[in-house]
Amino acid sequence: MTRAAERIGTVLLLLAWAFPLYWMFVASLTPESRLFGVPQMVPRSLGLEHYRALFGERQFWLPIRNSLIVAGATTVLAVLLGAPCAYAMARLQFRAKSWLLAIVMAVSMFPQISVVSPLFLLLRSIGLIDTFPGLVLPYLTFAMPLAIWLMSAFLRELPREIEDAARLDGAGPVRTVVEVALSFTLGPERQTVPVALALFRGRYQVPWGQILAGSAVASLPVAVVVLAFQRRIVKGLTAGAMKG
Amino acid sequence: MNRRSSQTLLAVREARLAWIFMGPALAVLLLIATGPLLATLWESLHDHDLRLPWLGRPFVGLTNYQEAATDPRFQEALGHTLAFTLLTVSLELTLGLALALGLDSLARGRSLARLVVLLPWALPTVVAGLVWRFIFDSQSGLVNAVVGWLGVTTLQVDWLADPKAAWVPIVLGDVWKTTPFVALLLLAGLQSIDPRLFEAARLDGAGAWRRFFDITLPLLTPALSVALAFRALDAFRVFDLVYVLTGGGPGTSTEVISLYAFLVLMQDLRFGYASALSVSVFFVSFILALFYVRAARAAVVQQS
Repeated sequence: MTRAAERIGTVLLLLAWAFPLYWMFVASLTPESRLFGVPQMVPRSLGLEHYRALFGERQFWLPIRNSLIVAGATTVLAVLLGAPCAYAMARLQFRAKSWLLAIVMAVSMFPQISVVSPLFLLLRSIGLIDTFPGLVLPYLTFAMPLAIWLMSAFLRELPREIEDAARLDGAGPVRTVVEVALSFTLGPERQTVPVALALFRGRYQVPWGQILAGSAVASLPVAVVVLAFQRRIVKGLTAGAMKG
Repeated sequence: MNRRSSQTLLAVREARLAWIFMGPALAVLLLIATGPLLATLWESLHDHDLRLPWLGRPFVGLTNYQEAATDPRFQEALGHTLAFTLLTVSLELTLGLALALGLDSLARGRSLARLVVLLPWALPTVVAGLVWRFIFDSQSGLVNAVVGWLGVTTLQVDWLADPKAAWVPIVLGDVWKTTPFVALLLLAGLQSIDPRLFEAARLDGAGAWRRFFDITLPLLTPALSVALAFRALDAFRVFDLVYVLTGGGPGTSTEVISLYAFLVLMQDLRFGYASALSVSVFFVSFILALFYVRAARAAVVQQS
């Protein structure tokens, strides 16, 4: 009896969690004329008109391209710079280690607002405002500590014997770092598409259909990454959060 | 060469390698994080108003902090932020625990359940905000349609334009987006509990509630405190969700401190005062972060 109740409760909770995304998806496929009528749980007529408008007149390709560039560059840089740092923190002995680790963690806990104005002034003084590097650098502030944190947790769990065996085969720490970095390509940063979405305004009314179509498009890469890496994300998340 | 000196040599080499490895990452962090933070700290001690450039940038000591202490709008925003933190974190811990227990008991469909739970967490906050804004939209929103269908027309309000009602979508949006993280953390904690404990308790005749309160809850306390501190830290810094949903409005009725600091910076262009506000946010976050680190350490000690 209690088992059944528990199961029903869990399923209801999960449905509640899935519902907003379902609703977004359905609405993005609902023609404008029906969007303001009585909401229907199971849609009767679906169409791609919002998606057509999104990629036609809205030129949504542009923010998507920007997102890909910024996210790609941020991820590559965070992993590339973070991996050796994480290796040093997880495996090598040196003084001031716990201090440095604490500082790196503190950086990831900054309220973004507290570094905005000097960053803006800095980027302006070196002429990086409105450029891709000017976007990637601030993202790196938050992506890199996370990358270092997750990777060093991962490295600490990696049995030392594996590394020792690799060393006997002639592979040094550099090789380990490269391999960890390669196996660690999660970290989908996402922005610019969100910015474009946040700034979506219709001339006469809120273009909900298009906004939701855009949201669905923006969710797609995230959904794919989550689907592909869910086990590892869960593991990294919990290990990272517990072992900081 | 004797053994000891070769060992020190090794240690020196290892330390040197460590610094070489960490160099690039630390340099970048110094440039884009620590540097700007110190600059903000310094700026907060100056009167710097971009609208009044002829005043220059005189050093004023703690004047900006004194202004913050008596600024009613800052106090209001601080109150909003604290209330928001308290409410969302307690909801998230409760629901997160329920979700974790549910996920733990699932016999089938675990990976589908995990996907459902992970998606909202992984979504860009702006998308989450927009979805909830659509659901609470006054004309085409689902909530008002359902409320109308149920005949409770007194609840048919313009959610985002009402000073009190506007908090509902904000809190719901945050709970929806971040509870999954809490649930996954607690699930990891749950799965590290030795199942033999439950078996033994069951044999001794302890009921489900008894087992929950005497075994699950105490052993889950470290994971719970990590989740609590982590979420409190995040909730206190809330910005984009409020920005997307209400922009702090109507008026200033949903304004949180990060948003207020942002507006002082970008609209009023009062860089000095905005910096003082940001530093205040930073210090509270820092204290919360200290709690977090302590909680995390306790959790690790208990696990091993």
